[in-house]
Amino acid sequence: MSKQQTRTIKVDILARVEGEGALYVKLKGNQVLDVKLKIYEPPRFFEAFLRGRHFSELPDLVARICGICPIAYQMSAVHAIERALGIGIDPAVRQLRRLFYCGEWIESHALHVYMLHAPDFLGYPDGIAMARDHQAIVQQGLRLKKAGNGIVSLMGGREIHPVSAAVGGFYKVPSKSALKELVDELTWALDASLATAHWVSGFDFPDFEQDYEFVSLFHPEEYPFNEGRIVSNRGLDIDATEYEESFTEQHVQHSNALHSVLRGRDSYMVGPMARFNLNFGKLPDVAQQAAHDCGLQIPCRNPFRSIVVRAIELVFACHEALRLIREYEPPPVPRAQAAARASTGHAATEAPRGLLYHRYVLDQDGLITSAKIVPPTSQNQKRIEEDLRHFVSQVATRPAEEITWKCEQAVRNYDPCISCATHFLRLQLERD
Amino acid sequence: MTSKVTRKPRIAVFKFASCDGCQLSLLDAEDELLGVAGAIDIAYFPEASSSMLKGPYDIGLVEGSITTHHDAQRIQQVRRQCKTLITIGACATAGGIQALRNWKDVDEFIRIVYATPKYINTLKLSTPIAEHVPVDFELRGCPINKHQLIELITATLAGRKPNVPTYSVCMECKRKGNVCIAVAQGVACLGPVTQAGCGALCPSFDRGCYGCYGPMESPNTESLSHQLHILGQNNVEITRAFRSFNAWAWQFRKAGEENERM
Repeated sequence: MSKQQTRTIKVDILARVEGEGALYVKLKGNQVLDVKLKIYEPPRFFEAFLRGRHFSELPDLVARICGICPIAYQMSAVHAIERALGIGIDPAVRQLRRLFYCGEWIESHALHVYMLHAPDFLGYPDGIAMARDHQAIVQQGLRLKKAGNGIVSLMGGREIHPVSAAVGGFYKVPSKSALKELVDELTWALDASLATAHWVSGFDFPDFEQDYEFVSLFHPEEYPFNEGRIVSNRGLDIDATEYEESFTEQHVQHSNALHSVLRGRDSYMVGPMARFNLNFGKLPDVAQQAAHDCGLQIPCRNPFRSIVVRAIELVFACHEALRLIREYEPPPVPRAQAAARASTGHAATEAPRGLLYHRYVLDQDGLITSAKIVPPTSQNQKRIEEDLRHFVSQVATRPAEEITWKCEQAVRNYDPCISCATHFLRLQLERD
Repeated sequence: MTSKVTRKPRIAVFKFASCDGCQLSLLDAEDELLGVAGAIDIAYFPEASSSMLKGPYDIGLVEGSITTHHDAQRIQQVRRQCKTLITIGACATAGGIQALRNWKDVDEFIRIVYATPKYINTLKLSTPIAEHVPVDFELRGCPINKHQLIELITATLAGRKPNVPTYSVCMECKRKGNVCIAVAQGVACLGPVTQAGCGALCPSFDRGCYGCYGPMESPNTESLSHQLHILGQNNVEITRAFRSFNAWAWQFRKAGEENERM
């Protein structure tokens, strides 16, 4: 094959991601000229229409940014408002919120690991086709996903856009006995997560490592969900109130999602790999041991191994959910009352896909006058492009079909949620 | 299944402006998914599969509202490819939460969210699918109820009318044995004007219904607005209550605008 041969490869839609986007790769010979992750999901203008709404409506409104991770949006919103209004929450509410988040992580990670990402490694177009040859495995994945959804629907009434989250706590909290009913299935799910980690660690991973700046929450005592400082492996250590001083968003022509960068530095990575690398010591022994058994290096710098990291987080989330249920005592009241005042509140929590930042400004009546929301996928967008730029050059001599498949897989390493970031990926590989 | 079936019905799932939650409901039917997938041919479902087969399709499920020129054209092509077209969720059936722009200046919205407004291409209105093409069935909800979705697909394939009630949330709430929170606690609740389907979730969680299944068949929004006033809500609050996920559904739209004018 001649080095200067001109080839154009087009794949209409990159599948198995949440949302609509396209990927554009331009090559001259084997040299990468340009990489663009194009997001053409139509904008929905959440930050604009939230203006004039009352803070108590926020958990219901922002949930609709994403059907996959509504709890993440609810959690960042309620914590930002609580900080604005100076509301302290009951310790039992805090624990319940962690449990709620465990449910979402399990549901979201199981969906991605089994139905969206594993088919890449095993050469299937989807989880359903994979089920024809690996029925027991796919059934295990669906049951695991259901175990996560079981937490969410028990606590919130339904899996998607649950109705219980409120500023100050919950509209209604579960009884001890109701939560106990989840124990058997979650005990099964913990074992299934360990089996998942073992299964995915045997996949064939491309030899590809990058020198990332990882960014996640860090809490002195626990693996982070709702609280902690925003830290990185290169010295960043800030409170959520300082987020906008350290990070900035760029509007690029090819995307309806804004690109986030660290001021004075550059792209960075949020999500399971960042959390895992920065908080490994906070994982329970069972998850740490599983990570070692799966051959994960700490830090892990190979984004293709993120599927193993997600499985380790499944182990953690099931273990944590069981602990929280065991120790649960219902709070005296489901939620603290909040009086409106003119104020500003910031919060960052850990969505399944990574750090999710919210900021709200309220007037004296509790109406929102300004809102800012930075989802994990828009923070990872620039980093995904950089991964592709380096990865394509590594596989540029391969047949077009293989390059395309691998590029899609490289994007899916991030479990991008384009609905969040604004949604279909279309891969277009052009040879100049 | 009869022996006359020579090929499985082909199903396609299309997305427009939305949160993905309604198509996720199909994947959330964990117990039914592999069974359903065995009875039908999922020909086009990009969120779940990289195998994307060309139409025509027997059933097209459409999620999301129309907010761009490109999507307004794409829905015409989608309609031509689908024998039966079913819209799923509040975005597709009522324009969704993003229809809140319909009362505002969208150019100002673009300036609020994006640094370089000229890169953004959007329509002034977010509109339901039925404003653009004929729709065979509208499944309500934000999000839809996955059991209603399975029932709807099954009924469509069997050629019978789906069992999807159009009465109000109050019916479900009574049947569940809930004490009425509007009457007993004075909590503002849209249950009397909202279509059933969720299982009266919010009242079961000690809060008022916020209308995510949209207007029931012939809702008396005027009477409810009056009751909400009695419970101490002002016009601005009542307008906001009607203006959420089904704000552009004409009955809620009318109710919101009437309260706004007062």
